[in-house]
Amino acid sequence: MSGSPPPDEAPQGGTDPATPDAATHADQAPERDGSSTATLTEDERAAEIAAADERARDQGTIGLEAGFAERFVAAVTGTSVLVTLLAFVAAFVVGGIVIALSDGATQQALGYFTARPSDTFVAAWEVVSAAYVALITGSLGGRSQISETLVSATPLILTGLAVAVPLRAGLFNIGGEGQVIAGGMVAGLIGFSFPGLPLVIHLPFALLGGLLAGALYGWVPGVLKQRTGAHEVITTIMLNNIGVLTSAYLLSTLLFRVPERTDPISRPVAESATLPRFVPELRVNVGIVIALLLGVLIFWLVERSAQGFELNAVGLNPHAATTSGMDPGRTVMRAMTVGGALAGTAGASVILGVQGRITTGFSAGLGFDGITVALLGRGRIGGTVAAGLLFGALKSGGRSMQAQTGTSLDLVLVIQALIIIFVAAPGLVRAIFRVRAEELTTAQVAKGWGS
Amino acid sequence: MRLELRGITKRFPGVIANDAVDLVIEPGEVHGLLGENGAGKSTLMNILYGLYAADEGEILIDGQPVELREPDDAIAAGIGMVHQHFMLVPVFTVAENIVLGVEHTRRFGKLDRRRASREVGELAERSGLPVDPDALVEDLPVGIQQRVEILKALYRNAQTLILDEPTAVLTPQEADDLFEAIRAFTGEGRSVVFISHKLGEHRAIADRVSVLRRGRIVGTADPRETSEQELANLMVGRPVSLVVDKPPGSPADPAIEVRGLTVENAAGTVVVDEVSFDVRRGEILAIAGVEGNGQSPLVRALTGLQPIASGEVLIAGEPVAGRSRKQILRGGVGQVPEDRGRDGLVGEFSVAQNLILGRWDDEPFTKRQTLQFDVIGAHARQLVEAYDIRTPSVDTPAASLSGGNQQKVVVAREFDLPIDALVASQPTRGVDVGSIEYIHERIVEKRDEGTAVLIISSELDEVLALADRVAVMFHGRLVGPFEMPVAKEAIGSMMAGTDPELAMARGGER
Repeated sequence: MSGSPPPDEAPQGGTDPATPDAATHADQAPERDGSSTATLTEDERAAEIAAADERARDQGTIGLEAGFAERFVAAVTGTSVLVTLLAFVAAFVVGGIVIALSDGATQQALGYFTARPSDTFVAAWEVVSAAYVALITGSLGGRSQISETLVSATPLILTGLAVAVPLRAGLFNIGGEGQVIAGGMVAGLIGFSFPGLPLVIHLPFALLGGLLAGALYGWVPGVLKQRTGAHEVITTIMLNNIGVLTSAYLLSTLLFRVPERTDPISRPVAESATLPRFVPELRVNVGIVIALLLGVLIFWLVERSAQGFELNAVGLNPHAATTSGMDPGRTVMRAMTVGGALAGTAGASVILGVQGRITTGFSAGLGFDGITVALLGRGRIGGTVAAGLLFGALKSGGRSMQAQTGTSLDLVLVIQALIIIFVAAPGLVRAIFRVRAEELTTAQVAKGWGS
Repeated sequence: MRLELRGITKRFPGVIANDAVDLVIEPGEVHGLLGENGAGKSTLMNILYGLYAADEGEILIDGQPVELREPDDAIAAGIGMVHQHFMLVPVFTVAENIVLGVEHTRRFGKLDRRRASREVGELAERSGLPVDPDALVEDLPVGIQQRVEILKALYRNAQTLILDEPTAVLTPQEADDLFEAIRAFTGEGRSVVFISHKLGEHRAIADRVSVLRRGRIVGTADPRETSEQELANLMVGRPVSLVVDKPPGSPADPAIEVRGLTVENAAGTVVVDEVSFDVRRGEILAIAGVEGNGQSPLVRALTGLQPIASGEVLIAGEPVAGRSRKQILRGGVGQVPEDRGRDGLVGEFSVAQNLILGRWDDEPFTKRQTLQFDVIGAHARQLVEAYDIRTPSVDTPAASLSGGNQQKVVVAREFDLPIDALVASQPTRGVDVGSIEYIHERIVEKRDEGTAVLIISSELDEVLALADRVAVMFHGRLVGPFEMPVAKEAIGSMMAGTDPELAMARGGER
């Protein structure tokens, strides 16, 4: 028990504190603070914000105890636009280094680097710039390039959304691949089984069939989660396997197979069920319009509708959602069904718009690409559509990069992966570009909830 | 060890959390740190514990400046901290938790369990914090877990112990035990920094109290010579009322009727045992009790979150069983959940979104399935104004508000509409004095509107301040209700399981 401390230690300028008149300090405090009441409220507000900051730190530590889905959602939606852009820059720089190192001329120049370092840089610059120029012109450099970009983007937008919608409800839909297959199989089956129907009936019928097949394939893990708590990651991965193998089997049966051939290729989709092209010589078709329209619908559903409010609340805090009278189980089931429907439509668009017949492996990892697209879109609907378009451009640009400069198409995948790594590790980007965390947080807070 | 903070300043973007704070912790003293949520107490202690770096100022130990870059430095310097949320591994034993990180190992890195257990047992004995070193932490009650946290700091030879809101999770009896242990600790010349916003506790344990307000030390006082009222005024910066101004109510017909309610937990154990009571419109019934005596399942059954094993619950004459939660809530039940962060708010949602959480798909917030953002925004601005919610804007995420303001968001949402029944659990937990005053006034206001109010609280002072009638829950059974006034001591001993008649008689004697 120390009584009053020596004067030089007394807080706030030497007033003897250990007395009952301590209360009078309170009355003096505003005078010391400055002057007007306006400053006071400012101070109060400021103190609240400081407290907010402290809590943000606290939540950082709580995050470690949070479930995988929670942390994942935070990781996806928690980074700012600035970080995303910088992640691109970083990814292309690292990608450039990879291109340079894999190039023969640069490797040669590197052999006598100490003698003439400039040679290495010149060679590297040449190959990297040529590759990137080819990448850009190959995706946006003309009518046919843009057409190819949109063709590649169509299913990517849809599978991206198929991951993004469940993600907002706190679910990780790995099952895009199986849902794409289910949608493509049924759309194709309808597409070649009813020749002679008019286009206005046949095409919507086939599309809807694909959509519903995907929806059913997404509903299964959803309802399993709702009723039994089965983890959607496990069930969707298993359903992917079932989808791949079942489709391979079905393609070998006479239900799908061309009777006079033995290889697992289905009969061709009838003209009346094919997604019409805008111009005969370009492959771009009505599919992109459908994808974008679905994008608008999903944007309304997730960001603007009452259902979306429930979806987001369940995804962010199922306890509070339940307490408020929401039904997380039903929401989860619906989110998975909607996700499945979108992936199913992606499968239908590939079969009815581009390939015209079902082959084994026609899904080509589209369901998994959707995870990457949704990640880059940070789980937001607009962002996911944009990311789908971008990855479509990278895909078609990558093909012409390979054709023109000999740089492997795989490099595009490397760049895509790098972008995601940098986006998922915002701390890394901040460290590289020395962006202060505070600027990023302010940007996030300022974003508001209507956006 | 004499610990001195000199001119500590910590800035966060746009704000100063600690503004030239001077603080001296003398050897052998319990130094209370008092302040509202957001006053900068935790920031200051996090700086002392090496979790934050101060922008300005220095820390001196026995007159020597030290640099505390991370908790390891602080621990090496003899500073220990017990956080509000415990940092224990539930599946480890007490001894394993305590030696974790500084453990002795035998050959091939094998943990020397026997030695750990022996050392911890001796330490517990010596420090007056008895605990079984071989018990699993997950099996221990919260009060004992806290002991483990304190022993963890002692095992690392802490000379100064920082306790952040240590009594928030304790029963009155456990708090007394803690105070005893603190006295024993400081008796050996070591010191304790005791953070709390409960005024009575500072008067009970602290030798000196420093009051923080808006990042500054606004006064240091001897709590034994300063009244609670003076401390409260100092903390809030204006005169506050510690007593609720409550005219007698005018109870009418019952709006909550509970008849022989029995609730079982998932394992099939009876957690609410044949409980019956009424809450009439225009009265406040407070249910006191140490947490974990069945209050939470009672509330959950009342609002349809947990199935009823037997008995019945009627709200405004309608049985709760068989209706969906949405129907029960929209039928006129307001609820303040005990854990607002978990059940009351979606932290990432904005204030505006949280203010429509229970009515998101009702007109006028939703029309033709579409959210009406302008209506939602206007609604939020109106409630922020009416309920004095301090927030930079209605678009601010709720999680970044202070505890008191988060609670005001919940209160505003639930109190805004006319309701038949209000079920409020721990309505002022973790809320600062100024907001407590405000929330209490609103509860009384709601009662006077003709709402049947049920308060569940483990804070005796709150029960006494608000109740028209009081009941106590103990081991799933309800004792009472009794008409107020009932002596504080009588309620206290009923909370500990004393027979009500005996408790009333004893309470009356005092």
